[in-house]
Amino acid sequence: MFNETEHTVFLPHDRLAGLLAAIRAGGWQCVGPRVEQGAIVMAPLAESEGLPRGLQADQAPGQYRLGADAKQRYFAWANGPQALKPLVFAPQETLWRVARGTDGALTFEAAVPDAPKRAVIGVRACDLAALALQDAHFLRKGWDDVHYAARRAQLFLVAVQCAVPAATCFCASTGDGPTPGMGYDLALAELDAGFVVVAGSAAGRAVLQQLDLAAATPAQIGAAREQGDAAAAAQTRRLPGRDLRDTLMARLKHPQWDAVAARCLACGSCTAVCPTCFCHAEHEAPALDGASSHHAREWDSCFGETHGHLHGFNVRPDIRTRYRQWLTHKLAGWHDQFGRSGCVGCGRCIAWCPAGIDFTAEVAALTGAPDVKEA
Amino acid sequence: MTRHAAIDAGPPHAATVVSRVQESPTIFTLRLRLDDPAAQAAFRFAPGQFNMLYLYGVGEVPVSIMSDPEEHGIIGHTIRAIGRVTRGLSALQPGDRVGLRGPFGRGWPLQDLGGNDVVLVTGGLGCAPAVSVIHYVLRRRARFGRLVIIQGVKHADDLIWHMQYEQWAKLPDTQVLVAASQGAAFWPWHVGRVTELFGLARFNPARAVAMLCGPEGMMRAAAESLLGRGLPEAHLYLSMERNMQCGVGRCGHCQFGGAFVCQNGPVFNWAEVRDLLGHRGF
Repeated sequence: MFNETEHTVFLPHDRLAGLLAAIRAGGWQCVGPRVEQGAIVMAPLAESEGLPRGLQADQAPGQYRLGADAKQRYFAWANGPQALKPLVFAPQETLWRVARGTDGALTFEAAVPDAPKRAVIGVRACDLAALALQDAHFLRKGWDDVHYAARRAQLFLVAVQCAVPAATCFCASTGDGPTPGMGYDLALAELDAGFVVVAGSAAGRAVLQQLDLAAATPAQIGAAREQGDAAAAAQTRRLPGRDLRDTLMARLKHPQWDAVAARCLACGSCTAVCPTCFCHAEHEAPALDGASSHHAREWDSCFGETHGHLHGFNVRPDIRTRYRQWLTHKLAGWHDQFGRSGCVGCGRCIAWCPAGIDFTAEVAALTGAPDVKEA
Repeated sequence: MTRHAAIDAGPPHAATVVSRVQESPTIFTLRLRLDDPAAQAAFRFAPGQFNMLYLYGVGEVPVSIMSDPEEHGIIGHTIRAIGRVTRGLSALQPGDRVGLRGPFGRGWPLQDLGGNDVVLVTGGLGCAPAVSVIHYVLRRRARFGRLVIIQGVKHADDLIWHMQYEQWAKLPDTQVLVAASQGAAFWPWHVGRVTELFGLARFNPARAVAMLCGPEGMMRAAAESLLGRGLPEAHLYLSMERNMQCGVGRCGHCQFGGAFVCQNGPVFNWAEVRDLLGHRGF
């Protein structure tokens, strides 16, 4: 949050490279925005590489296009298809290996997770909220996932306030954005001349101290706060409440489930881009010589044929029940499991749906509330 | 209950097949022993819990534990050969190796049974997670009221443990009701749906605990009948089955509404699952 304290400093645009250098000096590899195949992806940044500048991400149901930002800002793109999920919950990874001796004896060995020190530049408020939800799932006390935990412990998060929300964004209605409120090491609010910066951790403060930056002026801090408020007000999509659990569970036979099933391709794109979806399948990859095998997991989707497979039948044989499973898990089951909704309002499931299904419109149809704020 | 984190999430522990019994044309029982004697000695489970069994190079399946929880040297699993892993497991012979993780989940509420009549309604291989309850009650017979065992199968050939049902039927204060939708020659039990037998069960609904395990349609019919006879909802339990790949509430496949069946279940009180049970798709 951007408040007037001595710790709120101003980073001119021309010193952004210095910030990245200070982070690298702390031992972190920088991961940040890069344009690939027409979209912003989060990728390792080479030391010589600058951040893309002057880009906006124009998003609509089933559409994502990069366009120009007249103010030539670094972070005018709202988001890309990835959040932090692939950096902590790996899309594919080996969990354990097993070797079979000539006598048939099996020797099991846990796989050691690959967990480099990584700093992520350009984390959005919705991404932080989603990370907190993934933490709740993968780091449950007594049952923490060692692979997730190892990578999570190595993250340094440089968050950035969203000043230019996409048309698909609705984080203001879920309470998760557009200004980062928690869980970051550094948070940036970008103005035309540079960034208002606050530290949210000891590691973040240590990085800032190396830069010897001047305190942000009250005008700069005020401008940061105002543009956060304006970005929230500019969002046109919304969910009709933060706890829709009982409303949705009372509508399990609603005809809208059939209507959305007629359009949904069950491709699973929404679950892949969703920053909180945690389902994964486990599978076996035996070596060709027969002497060893490894047991791996990879992201799975409740839209897939096998997700509800039981011997002899499928719990969810049709798209209607699969879409309903996804939506009711996201907005109802999560309340039981983790005490809040599993949706952070990032809008990725809307933009990256090849059929252009609008999550907020489906929820509005199901709950009988308008999906677009009245002007 | 003792939990062993190292066994739980993986990697599995190596185990050896001690014996194999063919129970029916497709159902077999493997009795296993963990190769590490200390791990075997420390292994404790509650009836109703399950393990993840690993077949080398093929994968894992969740299987309920059917052996006696007080028999510490052995871990028994009764399995139907129906998928890739279970068909492979059915080919194992004594001395062959598997991997094992567990035990997982919440078992039957045995601590709440004392003084009550015990009613077990099972369908098909649902009898496997319940058989250790029967042994538990029979070993402590004086603590319980009547024991009613109701088992249904599709075809007479699907019934396993014939001799045990016949022996249990001869015990005092014990009633055995078995039905097969399709009978066979010399089939001594009822031919028809198991639901037709519910009315014959003799127990005191006000002082009974019922445990159900089998197809969901059968469990719903049994619940309706038992509740209709005055069994309190709080005394009705059922064991649920869903796709399970991790066993530790992580992979997401077993979710039933907000519950992770592998951890919050597989045994649930009726009130916990009643609302969703009739909806196809959860």
